[in-house]
This record gives sequence, C-alpha cells and structure tokens, in this order.
Amino acid sequence: MPPQTITERIIARHADRDAVSPGEYVEVRVDQTWSDDLGAPITLGLLETYGIAEVFDRDRVFITSMVNAPAHSIETAEVLKLIRELSRKFDITLYEMGHAAIHNAKAIELGKTLPGELIVGGNSHACMAGALGCYATGMGSTDIAAILATGRTWLEVPRTIRYRYIGKLRPWVTGKDLILHTIGRIGVAGADNAAMEFVGEPIAQLEVEERLSMSNMAIEAGGQNAICQPDAKTFAYVEKIAQRPWQPVFGDADARVSEEIVIDIDALEPVIAAPFLPSNTTSWCEVKGLPLDQVYIGSCTNGWMTDLRAVAAILKGRKIADNLRVIVIPSTAQIYRRAVEEGLAQIFLEAGAAFSLPTCGPCIGAHAGVLADGERCLATSNRNFPGRQGALRSETYLCNPVIAAASAIKGCIASPDDI
Amino acid sequence: MWHQGRCWFFDDDVDTDQIMPTRYLALRTAEALGPYALSGVDPAWPPRVARGDIVVAGWNFGCGSSREHAPLGLLGHGVACVVAKSFSRIFYRNAANIGLNLMVLQQDVADRTQGRDGWVDVANGRLSFDGGATVLQGAAPAPIVLEILAYGGLMGLRAAQAAKATAT
Repeated sequence: MPPQTITERIIARHADRDAVSPGEYVEVRVDQTWSDDLGAPITLGLLETYGIAEVFDRDRVFITSMVNAPAHSIETAEVLKLIRELSRKFDITLYEMGHAAIHNAKAIELGKTLPGELIVGGNSHACMAGALGCYATGMGSTDIAAILATGRTWLEVPRTIRYRYIGKLRPWVTGKDLILHTIGRIGVAGADNAAMEFVGEPIAQLEVEERLSMSNMAIEAGGQNAICQPDAKTFAYVEKIAQRPWQPVFGDADARVSEEIVIDIDALEPVIAAPFLPSNTTSWCEVKGLPLDQVYIGSCTNGWMTDLRAVAAILKGRKIADNLRVIVIPSTAQIYRRAVEEGLAQIFLEAGAAFSLPTCGPCIGAHAGVLADGERCLATSNRNFPGRQGALRSETYLCNPVIAAASAIKGCIASPDDI
Repeated sequence: MWHQGRCWFFDDDVDTDQIMPTRYLALRTAEALGPYALSGVDPAWPPRVARGDIVVAGWNFGCGSSREHAPLGLLGHGVACVVAKSFSRIFYRNAANIGLNLMVLQQDVADRTQGRDGWVDVANGRLSFDGGATVLQGAAPAPIVLEILAYGGLMGLRAAQAAKATAT
C-alpha cells in the first residue's frame, strides 16, 4: 500500500479504498453535514423539488439559524419561518435562539466532528474542523442537498502542502497570527484546492482552539481542507464531547507531499491583514495608532472560550476608548453561557462593550455591527474583501483577539504592551 | 455548449461577497438574484448585461464565501458562461451544480474592451474573438463536471443515478 498523508488516508477510508492519489476523483461517504439560514432555504427547497422524502441519516445532519437570527427584517423573518417549516417536514434538528451557534463551531461542540471523520459543511469555513484531525471542507447548497439525499459526495483528492512552523511563539502571538502570516506569504490562492497540513513544535504548543483558528482560514488561501495530526491535546478536547465512536487516523512519515514550506516564527509579531485581501498582511506595529470606528471580537475564527478569556484578561478593570464602539460575540450559545458563568460577560459589559448572542452577523455585514460608508473596523474575523462588513467603501482590518482588545482600550491599533 | 455573446472583463480575486452582496441573501431564486449579480464590484454593471453575455475574469474568481446565491445571480441574469484564469473550488462546484457553464482559460485576453463580442466553446475549452480570427485555448472541464453540466446540474445527475439504481 503506498504511503498516505493523513488527508489521503481519511479520504481513502471513506471511499472504501486502501489508498488514493492527488488529482483522482472519488466518491466518499460523509460522516456529518450541516447548513445554516443562508444555505438551508436553497438546500431544503431542492429536496422538495426533487421529491426526496427524508435525509440519509438524521443523526448526521443539523441546521442552525444564526446569521440573520433573531430576525432583523420582514424578509429575514420570512426566511427563518420557512426554515422552521422545512426542518419539521424533513425531520432535521434545527438550532436557534438559546441553542444557536455558528455552524462549524456547533458541529464541534456537539461532538459530531471527530478525528478521522470526513465532514462537509454548508459554509466555506467548514474547513475549521480539520485541526481536530478530520478531513473537513465547505460546499454550497446544492452539494449539501445531494449529501442529504445520498450521504455521499465527490471529491478531487487534494495534493498536500505541508507548512512546517519552526521557532518560538513571541508574546501576544497566537494561532491567528500564524495563519494570517502564512496567507500573507503564499497569497489568497496559494494553496488552491490543496490540503494544508500544519506541523511543527509551535503547532504542538498551541491550544486546540487556536489551531482551529488556523484551519478556519485555510479557505482564505484557497485550501480544500486544512489538517493537524491529532495529539494528546486533541484527544483530551474531543473525548469530553464525542457523541459517537471514533478512530483517529494518522499520515505516514514517508508520505509524499507536493511541497513543504518552512515558516520561521521566531521574529513574528502579531499580524494585521489590511484591506482588501486577507493576504495583505503586515506587522501590527506598521499600522500602530491607526484610528478605528469599531472593534469586532468574535466570528467562527475567534469566538472560542480561549479567545474570550484572553480578551477578558486585557479588558478587566479597564474602559473602552470613547472614540469607538466594541462588539463581543461568542461563537455558540454554550460559550455565551460559560462566559456569563465565568464572569467574562461582566468584564465586557463593565468595559463598555456590547456582548451579543451568537451570530455571524457583523463578519458578513448582515446585522449586529454593519459598517457605514468610510468606516473602519478592526476585526478578529476572517475576511476583509471590499464591502465585506457593509458599505463598499468601509474597511476591515483583521487581527488576533488580544490586539483587538488592546486596540479597544487604546482607541486605535495597539498591543497589550501599550495600555 | 457553444455560445456567442458580449464579453465583460473582471480582475483577479473577485470574491462572492462582491458577486452577490450580503444584503440580497434573503432572496433565493436565480430570477430574484439576477438583477444584483456582480453589483458588489460595480452597481452599474447588471443593467448593461444582456442574456447570453459572457464574464471573463482573472485568477481566483469566486473566492471567499460559499454562498450559492453568487452563481445563481449570474445564471438568473442570463450570463451564458464564466471564463476565468482560475476559479475558487467552492464557486466552481456551485456553478456547475446549478448548470452555469464554466471554462478555465489562463491566457491573457489582449483586447479587454468591455462588451466586445466573443464565442465560447466550453466542451473544447476555447474562447475566440474577431469572428474566429483570434482563438484562445483553455481547458475543458473535468469529465465529472461535464457530466453534471450535461444533466443541467448535480441534482439532475443524482436523480438519474437513483432512477438507474432502482431500475437495475
């Protein structure tokens, strides 16, 4: 049997094959899929149109309404109503309101995204789950409809590009900085349709949720998936939440990769991606002092407990600058409850931030923090394309959570050492 | 899959938020989304486009969000084919899945006069201009993608496969 990368081995297992090769087209079984209130109306509409009565396995499917929920217009209220009706019709679990969560985070929190599995989510950031040692990729509404009908999909087996990180993480440098730096180096199509495999001592040092922030943004380099070999930290993270048996998969040491890129992080400072591409990166000190209208802490990239705790440690006992507004949004309702229980919510509110329910809203310019013409936002989210957060002439700068928190206090781009 | 139409040229890295801005995502049919296609690049573009026109883009067209509303809008507005130096994977799948024709052409088009006439032959991967005097050779889609397009999209193919499985 030819040696396999971890990505190839997971795909082969789900194609009932011993091995696969990059560039092959294969049909695979899908362990878990999900959709949200943007994709679900199209997906479920297709099931109706094609007369599909039930989904392939209701334990492996869910919908979460949170992009435009709670409804902020009559149009979005109609969409959310339709999703409730169709979810009932197809007997699909729907999470909203006090159970809502950003899709990809919900799948992980539910314990239905496990090492060795093959996950296809109805959102481009479905690739986030790969940090747990699974193959995870995002697809659109019709692909998800076909998966709901058959439990299967087709893939082009990706070539693997291995990113080997070396050196030591400096203070205030997080997983988010490693991925922003990587995208800046390789470009927004630098891993086009490839598997991005993250290895090296700095990756081992990162908390699992920081690794998730890294794999989350693989799509911003065009990656088909991103993956970390599972380790003791991964197993400790998933053992508490797993809802079904799972079997980790590892790559072979002698597996062929298309390229290995070594990234030395010894001198790396926190990274900022300036408008209008995630690859437009620079060191935070190059944009130090840049005035801001809004700071947004959250999104599927950085709305984890790890992120909120780091932010709270900086905001504690301090006040947000008068010249800007700050929004803190946990990824899931469960994280929201834990933030309340641990006293983080109190810290955010006393500092003067808005602490909001789980939603993608501000990241995609849907609601709960849309930008006006000419406004500038520093965000822990993942994209800064033209008009991403609102008006076509608004600007989004991307950063890690501690830079966002320090900047919120300072009133302009700053590091925790400046406050 | 042979089309003649006016060509509209776009640059690299046009993401799907620009192809279909977030404020239109409560819409979900090709017809409803059509008038807003590519309005995030230029709001004045959609009214200038006629049915059967061709979009010719640079590298990494359709990067970013997985929103299927982006290719649905292009289809609804009557765009016959999207030609690009490269496509982001999710956009590419989404477009083929709904029956929107796609073609990869890495060569530069020297004359990028907006609205000039072009002929596109998807199955053979060719884009030509000047009545056939200028022929640019790109790549035909992979067999699985041609098969999906032949059935008008992925659900059509899956329905045909299910019918075949039932029959045998």
